[in-house]
Amino acid sequence: MENIKITHSKNAILQLKDVSVSYTPEKFAVKKVSTDIYPNTITAIMGPSGCGKSTLIRAINRMHDLYAHITTTGEILLKGRNVLEMDPMEVRRMAGMVFQQPNPFPTMSIYENVLAGYSLNGIRLNRSEKDEIVEQSLMSVALWDEVKDVMSKRGSFLSGGQQQRLCIARTLALKPEVLLMDEPTSALDPISTNKIEELLLELKQKFTIIIVTHNMSQAARISDNSMFMYLGELVEHGNTAQMFTKPQHKRTEEYLTGVFG
Amino acid sequence: MKDKIFRFLLFVAALLILLLSAAIVYALVSRSGETFREYGIWGFITSAEWDPRSATEEYGALSFILGTLYTAFFALLLCVPFSLAVALFNGEYFKGKKIAGVVRSVVDLLAGIPSIVYGLWGFYTVRPLVIALDVNAQGFGIFLSSVVLAIMIIPYASSLSGEFLSMVPNNLKEGAYSLGATRIEVVQHISLPTAASGIVASYILALGRALGETMAVTMLIGNTNRIPGGLRGTGNTMASVIANQFGEADGLKLSALITIGLLLFIITAVINLIAKLVMKKLSHA
Amino acid sequence: MSQVKPISFKSRKTKDKTAFILICLFSFLAMVPLFFIIWDVVAKGYKNFNLRLFTEVTPSSVDALMARMNGDPIPGGILNGITGSVLIVGLAILISVPLGLFIGIYLSDNRGKKFAKVISYLTDLLQGMPSIVIGIIAYAWVVKPLGGYSALAGSVALSIMMLPMIVRSTEETLKMLPASYKEAGLALGSSYTNVVFKILLPSGFGGIFTGVLLAISRVMGETAPLMLTALGASVVNWKITEPTSAIPLLIWDFYNDPNLVDLIWSSSLLLLIVIFLLNWIAKIVARKWKI
Repeated sequence: MENIKITHSKNAILQLKDVSVSYTPEKFAVKKVSTDIYPNTITAIMGPSGCGKSTLIRAINRMHDLYAHITTTGEILLKGRNVLEMDPMEVRRMAGMVFQQPNPFPTMSIYENVLAGYSLNGIRLNRSEKDEIVEQSLMSVALWDEVKDVMSKRGSFLSGGQQQRLCIARTLALKPEVLLMDEPTSALDPISTNKIEELLLELKQKFTIIIVTHNMSQAARISDNSMFMYLGELVEHGNTAQMFTKPQHKRTEEYLTGVFG
Repeated sequence: MKDKIFRFLLFVAALLILLLSAAIVYALVSRSGETFREYGIWGFITSAEWDPRSATEEYGALSFILGTLYTAFFALLLCVPFSLAVALFNGEYFKGKKIAGVVRSVVDLLAGIPSIVYGLWGFYTVRPLVIALDVNAQGFGIFLSSVVLAIMIIPYASSLSGEFLSMVPNNLKEGAYSLGATRIEVVQHISLPTAASGIVASYILALGRALGETMAVTMLIGNTNRIPGGLRGTGNTMASVIANQFGEADGLKLSALITIGLLLFIITAVINLIAKLVMKKLSHA
Repeated sequence: MSQVKPISFKSRKTKDKTAFILICLFSFLAMVPLFFIIWDVVAKGYKNFNLRLFTEVTPSSVDALMARMNGDPIPGGILNGITGSVLIVGLAILISVPLGLFIGIYLSDNRGKKFAKVISYLTDLLQGMPSIVIGIIAYAWVVKPLGGYSALAGSVALSIMMLPMIVRSTEETLKMLPASYKEAGLALGSSYTNVVFKILLPSGFGGIFTGVLLAISRVMGETAPLMLTALGASVVNWKITEPTSAIPLLIWDFYNDPNLVDLIWSSSLLLLIVIFLLNWIAKIVARKWKI
């Protein structure tokens, strides 16, 4: 199977060029993926488990650097700069990440959790700056009204859905260019999931969102564009509506119609 | 029937631990009676007078209690940078790697060396260094025993705290990295605070070890029966005074030494209880 | 929202690197004493580490002084200490292993029960008890009633030290065994006693044996409790009611007697060899019989 060929566009905020990720020299989890991501869109990455979708977005913010045995090759251009040549700390602030399991820091209060990006990066803020960032970040994830009176409670005190929104707020507080979300709702109940989906539709006004999901209807509901990956390769990338109605590849069609998954 | 007998035997064996503990407390308390009758509990603890000459016989535990606290806490202080480094090495930086296993085995071997060999090493190798550093003329004293004691408790402090560090959930650390933190920032803001109560508990347990350590301290502390005059001074710990003077003791002196043993037992029991409570708090978090 | 100030990563990276180097350095420094101690003991001990050490008893202080003055090697060994250690530790094993096994089985089988929790806590308490205090206990229990120091008193002291370690390793090992082992045995109509002796203990053998070996290696070098109980003897003694020596007790004697100082290091070398060997065997057993 061949990876799709693309012509890269200048308008893209994020460009992947022949991106490969390998866990061992022989075993590639992601094989030569090339694609463009446009600003203020939501892109869903779908595919059966083990297809490399999580591995791919973790390459974008250099999470693979944490594990010595994983190597990433190719080019990942974020606003024209190759993140593989940048400082990983800078990359990670430009590309915020939300994880599958909500992971508020249990030793920090809700307030401190929102500011964790600042304290971790050693950025000193005065009280009013802090208050402003916390309020705005929590507002933008529609959590402000729910938590404004319990700011000093620990993050783990919140419900799963609230925790995940807190984690999104924590990421947004650093004003990233793109928001990488690794199955952010798979650990949540339908109501919390619904809230987060609504939230994402609002957030795309300001941010570019890439979301890994194995929930096809979620992809159909919220994404502008979709990527379908299979065995580490990018099989298809295009407008979501189009892909769900007229998939170009047989594999995509089989996946979308539930032949495998 | 056979099962019933067997289960009963198991129960009896377990009961034995209870009896053993009770008998230990009874043995210590009953034999301390003479001391308590003579001086009262408070009087014995607060008196620094230790004079075994039969004419002017007088016993108090304060010098040894202070000597024990001095050496143990100074040793704990000295061991922190090393044991914390080992804990981070094994539980964070090289977690799961072969090299961590090697470091762990080496440190475990340190725990296996008998106290008396530490004492010899302290006497023949470390003491000349202490003299060269001009801490005091003879080398013996609080400083020398604390240094050796610190080395002895590194394994206890580091192995448990390393384990707690390695249990810090990976998704928390990844969350911090994804916000742009460096490794040491993750350690400082996430790993250490998350594992804090476990780390504290392991240091409390290490302190318990240091308080009860006998032979090495007996060989190095100088064995003087007065309140130690600071780090450079000599003294005796509760354990070392028992080891030193038990053999020739009888009557009131024997009772006084056993009372010191009782106090040491209570202190270490309380220390262990505190460590347990701190760890319990951890499991609820 | 205030703008995120761009900050140089340089100082943070330097801090990160420095911390890493310091951690490696201090970890290395923490290991250094082990090599110094081993070096000390080997370099000073190998000269007198000969057959004589194993076949002759400790010389008297006077004999040692005479040999010293004539420039002869020290006339004697530590046979009385070796046999004493074997006797005292062997007896301690006989006391503590069966008891420890039974208590460990009880605790692993009665998890969550209040009584088991109390026993478990007391086991921890015993484990944290200073060895010198255990010496006092054995003195009060055995030396006083028997009217004299004895190998038995030493064994009682050491077995109190070994007991909690054996209880813990038995309990932990049995806890790790899949519950299906026990259930399968009981389902086949086997009695609980048979399940324990024919299935659980054999399957957990590695872990339990490792625990016993480590407990032995831990008490092998104990000196303080023996000073209060076994006291020491200059002859080979196999009677459990008589004062008996042990290798660590002899090292203490040599340390206090300038004439016998030549024997310090060879006996320490022997002690370290025995302890490290036990540790090493324990590691191999643990690896081989992994559950």
